[in-house]
Amino acid sequence: MAKVLMKGNEALAEAAIMAGCKLFFGYPITPQNEIPEYLSRRLPQVDGGCYLQAESEVAAANMLYGAAGVGERVLTSSSGPGISLMSEGLSYIAGAQLPVVVVNMVRGGPGLGGILPAQSDYYQATRGLGHGDFRVLVLAPSTVQEAADLVMDAFDLADKYRSPVMVLGDGLIGQMMEPVEFKKKEKVELPPKTWAATGYKGDRERSIINSLYLDPLELEENSWRLKARYDAMGRDELRWELTNCEGDYDVLITAYGSTARICKTVIETLKKQGISVGLFRPITLFPYPYKQLRDAAQKAKTVFCVEMSTGQMLDDVKLALEGSRPTQFYGRTGGIIPTPDEIIGQIEKILKGEEVDKR
Amino acid sequence: MSKVVFKRPKALADVVTHYCPGCSHGIVHRIVAECIDELGIQERTVGVAPVGCSVLAYNYFNVDFFEASHGRAPAVATGAKRARPDLIVFAYQGDGDLASIGMAEIVHACNRGEKFTVIFINNTVYGMTGGQMAPTTMPGQITTTSPYGRDVAQIGWPIRMCELLSSLKTDGFIARTSAHSPAEIIKTKKAIKKAFELQVANRCFTFVEVLSTCPTNWGMMPIQAQKRIEEELLPYYPLGVFKSPNGDASKS
Repeated sequence: MAKVLMKGNEALAEAAIMAGCKLFFGYPITPQNEIPEYLSRRLPQVDGGCYLQAESEVAAANMLYGAAGVGERVLTSSSGPGISLMSEGLSYIAGAQLPVVVVNMVRGGPGLGGILPAQSDYYQATRGLGHGDFRVLVLAPSTVQEAADLVMDAFDLADKYRSPVMVLGDGLIGQMMEPVEFKKKEKVELPPKTWAATGYKGDRERSIINSLYLDPLELEENSWRLKARYDAMGRDELRWELTNCEGDYDVLITAYGSTARICKTVIETLKKQGISVGLFRPITLFPYPYKQLRDAAQKAKTVFCVEMSTGQMLDDVKLALEGSRPTQFYGRTGGIIPTPDEIIGQIEKILKGEEVDKR
Repeated sequence: MSKVVFKRPKALADVVTHYCPGCSHGIVHRIVAECIDELGIQERTVGVAPVGCSVLAYNYFNVDFFEASHGRAPAVATGAKRARPDLIVFAYQGDGDLASIGMAEIVHACNRGEKFTVIFINNTVYGMTGGQMAPTTMPGQITTTSPYGRDVAQIGWPIRMCELLSSLKTDGFIARTSAHSPAEIIKTKKAIKKAFELQVANRCFTFVEVLSTCPTNWGMMPIQAQKRIEEELLPYYPLGVFKSPNGDASKS
C-alpha cells in the first residue's frame, strides 16, 4: 500500500478500522478530536460498524464494557481529564477481563490543565488507571507511522491477554502530519471468545461479565490471575528501541514518545560535534523493559532521563538501574516542548560533571 | 391425571435468592423470566444487573448477564445492543442506581432511543446499603440518612422518572406499574411483556417502573408495606402508560 500524508489522530483511527475495530464510543476533548471526527465518518461505512458520541467519558467507558462483553473489537480515545473519568469503567473492564483499546493523547495537567502536548499522565497510565490490583499494557508511539502500527497491534494484544491496552500518545503525535503506510498485518492466532455474553444456548456455561467476587478467596484468585497475565506480558511483550548504542557513549538518554524523537535530533547534532550519546526508548511503558535499559546503561557513566513532565518515567528508570548508574533528569511540562538546543545544553553540563538545570 | 398449572419459568434459575421476605424483586424477576419464556427469546437475551439489592440478579436468570457499575447499566446495555443488535438486552435497576448516580445514563439512553428494555424497581430507598435516602424517598420518610424525615426544602421533591423521561421527544414506551396487589402484578406483567415485544420488533426504548416494597428498610410487615404503596406512593407516583410509540399514552 502506498504512503499517504495523514494527521496522527486520523492515521490511528484508520488503523483501528483495519484492525477490525467495529465500535467507537467517546466524548469530545482536545487534542484528540480528529479521532472521533474521522470515525464518525468512517465507521458507518463498515459492516456492523457503530460510532456513538456518549453523554460523558463515564458512560463511554461503560459502553466499551458492554460492547467488549459481547465480543466485539471496540475503541475509545480521550485526553487526561477524560481518561480520569473513564477510570471507573476501565477498572471494571480490567476486573471482568475484557479486551478494549484506549487512546490517550496526553495534554498538560493536572485539572483542566491545558490543551498542548505533555507526558504528565505516565503515572496514571502505568500505575494508577483505576482502583484495585490491575495494570494495562501501555504502548507509546513516537511517530505517526508507529501510532498506526501500534494501534493495530493493540487490538491483538487486548484479545490475547483479555485486558485493556492503552496507546499513550500526546498532542504532538495526534496533531502532526506525516507519511504513513497502512501495512497489512499477518493474522495472529487468538483464542475464540467463548466467554462473551452472546446468548445462553445451553452448549456452554452461562457467560457472566462481572468483576464482583464477594468471596475474598475468589477475589484474591482473580487478582492473582490478572497478575499472572501482567507477568506474561513482561516476559513476552517488551518493546524498546536503541539509537546510537553500537559504539561507546558517556551519556545514555532515556525518553519515550515525542520527546524521544526530539532526542534523536539531539544525537545527530552532537554526532557532528564528535560527541556520542545513546538513546534508550521504551515502547512498552507497562510492562517496562527494565533489564534492557540496565544493559544499555552499562556503557554509560550517566543516564539522562528527558520527559515532558516533572519526572514520572524517571521512577522506572531508577528501578531499572537499581542504583548501578547515576541519573539526571530534565523535564518541561504544561505544554512546553523541549527544544534540541535546550537538551544539548543539559548534556554539555553532564559531560562537564555538572548538575543539569531543574527545568 | 394431574395437570401442571404453575411452574418455574425456564429463564428463572432454580436457586435460592438473597431477597428479604415480602420484597418485590422475586415477583418482578419471575415476570421478566415468564416474558422471556413466552417470547421464546432466552437464547438471545442478555441482562444487565445494577449495583444495589439486585446486584446478584445474574445468578437468578438462566440467560447471559453483565454486572454493571453503579448507575451505568444503560451505558453497558447501549454498548452490548449497539454491538449486537440481534440480542435482546434488558437492564434491571433500582432507584438509587437509576435516578441518582445513573441519571445521566438513563436520560441519554432514553433520548437516543436505545432499543433495549429497562426494568426500574422503585422502592423509595437504598436497600443493599442498609436503608439510606434515595432520590425517590417520599417527603417526610424516615431513612438512615434522613432521620428527621425527607425535608423537601433541603433536598427537593422525589424524582418521578416516568414523567421526566416521557418529556423527551424521542419515541419510547414508558410505563409505571406496581407490585402491591395481584391485580397490579398482572398489569405489571402486561407492561413488561409489552416492553419486550416492542424490543423484539426493534421499535423503541422501553422502560417499566415498578413501585416495589422494601419491608426490611421500611420497618414494616409485608402486608403493611403493600398498604403503604397503595396509600402513600400511588397519589404521588400515578400508574399508567406515559408514552408509547404509537402515541396512545394513557394514565390509568
